[in-house]
Amino acid sequence: MKLSVSNLNSHYGPAHILFDIGLEVGEGEVVALLGRNGAGKSTTFRSIVGLVALREGQILFEGKDISTAPTHEIVRAGLGYVPEERRIFTDLTVEENLEVGRQKPRPGSPQWTREKLYKLFPNLGEMKNRPGGRMSGGEQQMLTIARTLMGNPSLVLLDEPSEGLSPKIVEQMVDAILTMKKEGVSLVVSEQNLHFARLISDRAYIIERGRICFAGTMAELDARPDIRDAHLSI
Amino acid sequence: MAFYFVQFLTGLASAASLFLVASGLSIIFGVTRIVNFAHGAFYMLGAYIAFSLTERLSGALGFWGGIVVAALAVAVIGVIVEIVLLRRIYHAPELFQLLATFGLTLMVEDLVVLIWGPDDLVGRRAPGFKGAVDFFGQNIPSYDLFLIVLGPVVLGALWLLFQRTRWGILVRAATQDRDMVAALGVNQKWLFTSVFAVGVFLAALGGALQIPRDAVHHAMDLRIIVEVFVVVVIGGLGSILGAFVAAVLVSELNAFGILIFPTISLILVFLVMAVVLVIRPWGLFGKKEAPARRTPGLTVIPWRPLTSVERLASVVALALVAMLPFIAGNYALTVGAEIAIFVIFAASLHFLMAVGGLASFGHAAYFGLGAYGVAFLAKMAGLPMIVCILLGPLLGALGAAVFGAFAVQLSGVYFAMLTLAFAQIVWSIAFQWVAVTGGDNGILGLWPEKWAASPSHFYWLALGVSAFVVSVLRLITFSPFGYALRGMRDSPLRSESIGINGKRIQWTAFIIAGTTAGIGGALFAYLKGSVFPDNMGISLSVDALVMVLLGGVETVPGAIFGAIVYKALNIWLVSQTDWSKLVLGIFIVLIVVVFPKGIVGVVESVMQRRRAAAPKAAALSAKMEGAQ
Amino acid sequence: MSLGVSLLSVEGLSKSYGGIHAVRSVSFMLQAGEILALIGPNGAGKSTCFDMLNGQNVPDSGRITVMGGETTGRKPREVWRLGVGRTFQITATYPTMTVRENIQVALVSHHRRLYDFWTPMMSIERGEADRLLDLVGMAGYAERPCGELAYGDLKRLELAIALANQPKLLLMDEPTAGMAPRERVELMRLTAKIAREQSIGVLFTEHDMDVVFEHADRILVLNRGSLIAQGSPAEVRANREVQAIYLGEGLLYDAVHREGASA
Repeated sequence: MKLSVSNLNSHYGPAHILFDIGLEVGEGEVVALLGRNGAGKSTTFRSIVGLVALREGQILFEGKDISTAPTHEIVRAGLGYVPEERRIFTDLTVEENLEVGRQKPRPGSPQWTREKLYKLFPNLGEMKNRPGGRMSGGEQQMLTIARTLMGNPSLVLLDEPSEGLSPKIVEQMVDAILTMKKEGVSLVVSEQNLHFARLISDRAYIIERGRICFAGTMAELDARPDIRDAHLSI
Repeated sequence: MAFYFVQFLTGLASAASLFLVASGLSIIFGVTRIVNFAHGAFYMLGAYIAFSLTERLSGALGFWGGIVVAALAVAVIGVIVEIVLLRRIYHAPELFQLLATFGLTLMVEDLVVLIWGPDDLVGRRAPGFKGAVDFFGQNIPSYDLFLIVLGPVVLGALWLLFQRTRWGILVRAATQDRDMVAALGVNQKWLFTSVFAVGVFLAALGGALQIPRDAVHHAMDLRIIVEVFVVVVIGGLGSILGAFVAAVLVSELNAFGILIFPTISLILVFLVMAVVLVIRPWGLFGKKEAPARRTPGLTVIPWRPLTSVERLASVVALALVAMLPFIAGNYALTVGAEIAIFVIFAASLHFLMAVGGLASFGHAAYFGLGAYGVAFLAKMAGLPMIVCILLGPLLGALGAAVFGAFAVQLSGVYFAMLTLAFAQIVWSIAFQWVAVTGGDNGILGLWPEKWAASPSHFYWLALGVSAFVVSVLRLITFSPFGYALRGMRDSPLRSESIGINGKRIQWTAFIIAGTTAGIGGALFAYLKGSVFPDNMGISLSVDALVMVLLGGVETVPGAIFGAIVYKALNIWLVSQTDWSKLVLGIFIVLIVVVFPKGIVGVVESVMQRRRAAAPKAAALSAKMEGAQ
Repeated sequence: MSLGVSLLSVEGLSKSYGGIHAVRSVSFMLQAGEILALIGPNGAGKSTCFDMLNGQNVPDSGRITVMGGETTGRKPREVWRLGVGRTFQITATYPTMTVRENIQVALVSHHRRLYDFWTPMMSIERGEADRLLDLVGMAGYAERPCGELAYGDLKRLELAIALANQPKLLLMDEPTAGMAPRERVELMRLTAKIAREQSIGVLFTEHDMDVVFEHADRILVLNRGSLIAQGSPAEVRANREVQAIYLGEGLLYDAVHREGASA
């Protein structure tokens, strides 16, 4: 197992957000974490990378327990995180944003260079010196993914990559995710958009109100429209 | 014309050091969110160490090498301070961070006297820059020209450092979003340490470069830090370009202010600062900060008015204390009166700081204004004592009304820096405007009238006024106004959304606190028989802060106990050791790190723990839905 | 319930940040006693819209009218004085005061007694505060420190505070976020009951679709700053554009849509 989460509980102050989350990702696998807004997808990711102060439970990454490690150590071990709000450094240029994410090559992980990333996201190559604050939402989304890949992660947590993007950019995003997979990166992608998730993932979890309420392959999910309507549609 | 030009160049030369120190402060604040009060101390250490090195090392290489080595040595000291002290308080409320670094400043002040002695030291002239350049009959020291060039050179070097190096890029990224930098695998701890080292290096370099221009002395830390606070408030915390522009502006205002208002030159700087704050509250190049963290820690023990038993106990305690003249001598009574006066002073700051969440670092200004108010009325108008005591504090009220109107526009560290700068301006007016205030010589001969002249009578007067003021402040604390003020401290968002004009509430509270501090000052003037600029000095402001913290900022009666314990300790300490600042500094740091709740806070939480704590947090249960 | 003049009327509300249209030309009305939900994906402009109604954000253009009086660009405290109560997504209360005191502050503000320096708070508006606590089912909580309350209780307390100035309009931002499912239902039932009884109009944003469809009389759907649908829950549920936003824009969904339309 690349990543194995069990009995994860998280709190924001007095609010209990996650209840006994369990999640597994195999080597080279793309897993979708589906759920509506506010279901707990982002909190799950933030808890895994140690950005939520109050978390309990076991998180194993490549067999190593990271449930109490500080964020930078988790990331340096090869677990990349792309936040939902993108959080581009708006005062920094594209090149500089990538520089912040740069880590030494890690044996056994796919290697990324600026050149390779500019090939994956051609738009970025055309605006190397543009400040992050003056990019469109789609360009920012590409930059935030590229920035995380600069750390040569073996697993990436990708939070809502298609959110608020035009269909054309979403297509590019699908290509990029499939390329990452081909290079050997394992991925957990959180999504509200079932169609998008179907194009990229092998398996899916559905999270609702802080609990996992479905786990299975995409085909299994398609065979259960009742689940889909109860937890995803409105 | 030539004279004005030379004056302009002198201003530019002064700006160089100011810029170095201010940029260091800004860089540290940008990443760590700590306003490093000890920055002035590092500046001073840089000057002292550079003095020693350049005295021992000969030649041009020795001089310039000595300057750089001194700055590096201080940077190493900075790293030690960061690892040993600051890492423990990064998550503490900002008030505690300011206080801890102030405690450090006090320690350094005594340490430099211990090592280098109390006298001013005049350093070597810089090799190669010993002469002066003639400009239409006016002399410009060539070292000034060197400094004028140095300022922009350092600005350029910092720009390159932040634009062209990986470290610089990481620092800029962390200034914007620390958590995201960590989420990209950067170890924040060492980034913070290195940033602190660079900031301290700049401060020390600024100090070291001053030795050919100015004498080195043990009060240069406070002088520079106040100017630096003014610079960063004008330029905007976190902006290096802002630090440069504001350093030039402030230095020029000083250079020309002396020509326009020779006696009160700082007035000009104050006016400019006021205008900037009105137009751009976050400084010329600053960015609006996210809402500041709450200044005092959060109480979960709600405040309550005294029960009837407690009220009775207070009256009995007061009656017992009033018996003091029957058992103690004159010295003890004078000390007792002084303590009673400081209870007033501490209670007034407590009202602003604990109830209002506004930690003023310049509260002594209003204490001192009250004292000067009395002095003016008694000496110039010849009014009777009782009238002076009633009207004198109004000068404190007036000062608080003017400065408070600006100060409450800001919060957190900006509020602290601004109140400190205001206090320093008031101090310098008292110091410089000799014709009215007597300057450093103060105003003497303010003795109480016969009815209050004996130590026991004055003691009763001070005690009575103290009890009255404390009761009134307590009454206000539990009145609708007090609740509205606390509301602004707890949640400005909630207050605004239930129709409360929070700034006006805070301004009113500022005036109340300034007036009551003025009452303390008025009594103090009669106790000492004189007033001096030091009655509004920084150390007095910090005394008040420590009293409130020592007593417990989260409690209602904390200020009373804090003032009694601290003042008694202080009087005893001064009689026991010459190094009271060193001891006091250590004391402050210890309070912040190991004892942040204060005396009353600890007592209250022990009592709270005794009572059975109600079970918290309702059970959150939910059915799991869906198929699996 | 239609009185000719609606309680809240929003016309052509727009706001953009640096060229990005956060809210574009949004118009809608709200009648007294009506419960209106504002939904949409993250980043759709709900919060911006809400903040403009409340006065925390100033619109670029458009007009907001509350009970016939224009509030566009007014400060939050002025909007409140016109009879608009507000609750927050992340509760904003006074943690160092007791539950009752939290409400007393709002009452004192409502009665313009904020500059009373002498009367002990203990003796002011106690009965009224306790009545409001009783209304939200927190009668036993008056003396409890607010900082110790469970999250769901904080949300109810906020509702009581919001009712202190006898509002005609309630703005509730994510009223049930962070609550356990059972608490969500209870809070919304309570809100609906109070709204009906006192004929208060309620506008709320919400993530939980069960809450929205059970309690809203009408629903507004925002996407990328624009209002793409409004109507009764049944109408909105049947709207294909809305479904596309929530499930994806692919064709696959259409193929399986008919099979299981249970909710």
